Amino acid sequence: MKEKLVLIGNGMAGVRTLEELLKLDADKYDITVFGAEPWTNYNRIMLSPVLAGEKTVEDIILNDRAWYEENGITLHTGDPVVEINRVRRVVISESGVEAPYDRLLLATGSNPFIIPVPGADKEGVIGFRDIADVESMLAAARTYKKAVVIGGGLLGLEAANGLMKNGMDVTVVHLMDRLMERQLDAPAAALLKASLEERGMKFLMETSTSEVLGDQRVAGLRFADGSEIEADLVVMAVGIRPNIELAQKAGIYCEKGVLVNDTMQTYDPRVYAVGECVQHRNVCYGLVAPLFEQAKVAANHLVEMGIARYEGSITSTKLKVTGIDLFSAGEFMEGEGDETLVLQDPAEGVYKKLVIRDNRIKGAVLYGDTMDGTWYFQLLREGTDISAFRNTILFGQHDLGDAGHGDVARVANLPDDAEICGCNGVCKGEIVDAIVKKGLFTLDEVRSHTKASASCGSCTGLVEALLASTVGEGYDAAPSKKALCKCTEHSHDEVIAAIRDQGLKSIPAVMEFLNWKTPDGCATCRPALNYYLLARWPEEYQDDPRSRFINERAHGNIQKDGTYSVVPRMFGGLCTPHDLRAIADVAEKYQVPEMKVTGGQRIDLFGVKKEDLPQMWKDLVDAGFVSGHAYGKALRTVKTCVGKSWCRFGTQDSTGLGVKLEELTWGSWMPHKFKMAVSGCPRNCAEATIKDFGVVCVDSGYELHIGGNGGIKVRVTDLLCKVDTEEEVLEYSGAFIQKYREEAHYLERTAPWVERVGLQYIKDCVVDDPAERKALYERFLISQKVAQQDPWKKLAEADDKNEFIPLKISA
Amino acid sequence: MSNWIEIAKLEDIPPLGSRVVKTPDADIAVFRTRDDQVFALRDACPHENGPLSQGIVHGTTVTCPLHNWRIDLASGEALDPDEGCTHTYATKVEDGRVYLSI
Repeated sequence: MKEKLVLIGNGMAGVRTLEELLKLDADKYDITVFGAEPWTNYNRIMLSPVLAGEKTVEDIILNDRAWYEENGITLHTGDPVVEINRVRRVVISESGVEAPYDRLLLATGSNPFIIPVPGADKEGVIGFRDIADVESMLAAARTYKKAVVIGGGLLGLEAANGLMKNGMDVTVVHLMDRLMERQLDAPAAALLKASLEERGMKFLMETSTSEVLGDQRVAGLRFADGSEIEADLVVMAVGIRPNIELAQKAGIYCEKGVLVNDTMQTYDPRVYAVGECVQHRNVCYGLVAPLFEQAKVAANHLVEMGIARYEGSITSTKLKVTGIDLFSAGEFMEGEGDETLVLQDPAEGVYKKLVIRDNRIKGAVLYGDTMDGTWYFQLLREGTDISAFRNTILFGQHDLGDAGHGDVARVANLPDDAEICGCNGVCKGEIVDAIVKKGLFTLDEVRSHTKASASCGSCTGLVEALLASTVGEGYDAAPSKKALCKCTEHSHDEVIAAIRDQGLKSIPAVMEFLNWKTPDGCATCRPALNYYLLARWPEEYQDDPRSRFINERAHGNIQKDGTYSVVPRMFGGLCTPHDLRAIADVAEKYQVPEMKVTGGQRIDLFGVKKEDLPQMWKDLVDAGFVSGHAYGKALRTVKTCVGKSWCRFGTQDSTGLGVKLEELTWGSWMPHKFKMAVSGCPRNCAEATIKDFGVVCVDSGYELHIGGNGGIKVRVTDLLCKVDTEEEVLEYSGAFIQKYREEAHYLERTAPWVERVGLQYIKDCVVDDPAERKALYERFLISQKVAQQDPWKKLAEADDKNEFIPLKISA
Repeated sequence: MSNWIEIAKLEDIPPLGSRVVKTPDADIAVFRTRDDQVFALRDACPHENGPLSQGIVHGTTVTCPLHNWRIDLASGEALDPDEGCTHTYATKVEDGRVYLSI
């Protein structure tokens, strides 16, 4: 018999937990749900647009009755649970339904706080919490004229805006001297107030309510200073209180909310709790993104996988008042020692403030232009070092270059046929369609359904903005910790640390130790694990070809017709007549349909059949070539200019140095492809300042540059340091490469890696600490001893060429 | 249908790997899972004809090397959210020999 799970509270957090649970194991539980409201699960954050008449109740339903039926869930709506009997393990509803449970999930949400003043129980005094509240506000707006909203926070202003849209005369009464004081600083609050006043909203600031006036129905309010105001409707929006009444009655330990640990378990191990009713590490959350993270964790434990932990959330908010753009996140008020970056343009009504500590964003307030809110929030969550682009950060992400989207001002205003994702040719209309019709909530879901931002990722910000504008704020917020892939809850850093600290030396060992969810992993995690193991244990780890992407298994680039390209290495781009003749011979012998000189100064042979590869390699190896690794997450090329042996401007032997660098580093596997260049003078003909590691020769020595990229998002290198000799260039390059090899995430180029960890951190290790540099270089050389074996030679000489030879049908 | 054709010994196909069988009509990709189940599909992804034989095998799924579509080895169907299907062929393993029915 299946175990029984009862969910109390048919709202967003509870039902989200069920969805996560069904995804993990649809057959584990018989599920029963009790909801106090007559509706199925709906999107509570979209109540404001419903009140404002921009959406209907039907628009915001998330799960219809059919969904509950399809998943075999017994649903009791309009029937709140009135008692939990923990001894008999049953819950009892108002109408007398008894439901036994093996596990109980509390998601009772919260109640609006009603200020305890005389008359607060009069007719016409309501909160703003559910569809019923919205309906009574709409009804009041049809009959009455004057509304007062108590509370100038997020919810109060949204309620006031909605009532105004319904033709009421609205006054907002606020206790503090500025609006939304929990999200805004004084300048942003002033801009907001001015803009709302322009629309006709009235304010009574620093005003405290002392009594609700009227007979049966409210007629007005009296304030602490004795003044009065007329009112036919009073909306109390001064905050919410976790709804813990039921839990308390059942003797489950509560403080502000129902107390839970990092696995969302209450003091009764059979009882879990999620959402606004819980108190986790002393915090109660009232926003949707944390609830969804909690839901994931609770589901994980309910199916007894037992690996996820909830570690708290950083939250951001946006005001959902059409025409007013406002965003706030983190610690928006600067503390001692913090710096602030401010952009203020009163004429345009734009105000942006970032609070910075140690070159990392700690908080943000945006008014008038919130386009970059999601980007700042991402930088904040991930603790990114912003020193590299700090001087332009306030101008937004598009100022950093965004694959041709640079002048896109507001994604919401784009026409439906505007192309959002250039890689996959996905237009705005398709994305919005998929979000609405398939009910998508997260960036991952949009990626898998539409492919938008699934390739190069440069349009991620735009897709997130579309998500936010389509389904409402909160959904776009990614979890605070990003899992390596869907097979695990662990992040890249956690996996790297486990391999290092636990001495894990095979893919199965890593998967077992870290409780992988799938037996073989997937095409995302296996190559990553294979790389991490190889990078950590170069002398011991046995490379697993089955965990390599085909390019690295076949040592060629797979082309769209299934043929391969072959690129022999030309050290520093130098070649001889003999080399060229040998390549020409091979091209003719194997009838190569096309040859091309690559950007990396070597020759690419296209259209080679897989079964020809080993023999072709043998011919190239016999002529003295090694693999160019043009197919690999590996050292690609070292581009050089001619340098001082020929060029009248050359200051050093750039070609010779390039050859030495390539001889040192070829064959090395990396988190992602890795390109180098050496320019003979600051004219920089080898374009060294857009490479992963670039050398610019000057008369007095060598400038070393790191973290450049000429790809999706052009990034100019950062200057690492200047050195005097070629030997130092080699040592610094090896140390830098090793640092990158050991610490970057798989498939992370040096450019985003340097931005993530910060230039200073790399300087600390590679430049300022000679012992550390030498140790890194030493480890690089050890790894190279194993790595620097030509894979072409090895495969051409191997007995087993199964990989390359088709099976024959025996007669 | 009893036209079973012997194509290989089981050990000729690496675990979590595949081999290609060339036939006059089409290339057929023969896969071996971790637990030695053998499946055969037409070696063309329903998306853009990518060679599935070159993909990474995990569970009873292969990920196409061109655009990462995931194809179920048993049914030939693309896994959610992609939609499409590639032809499957019956296989059997007897005494360590792999047979294919074309």
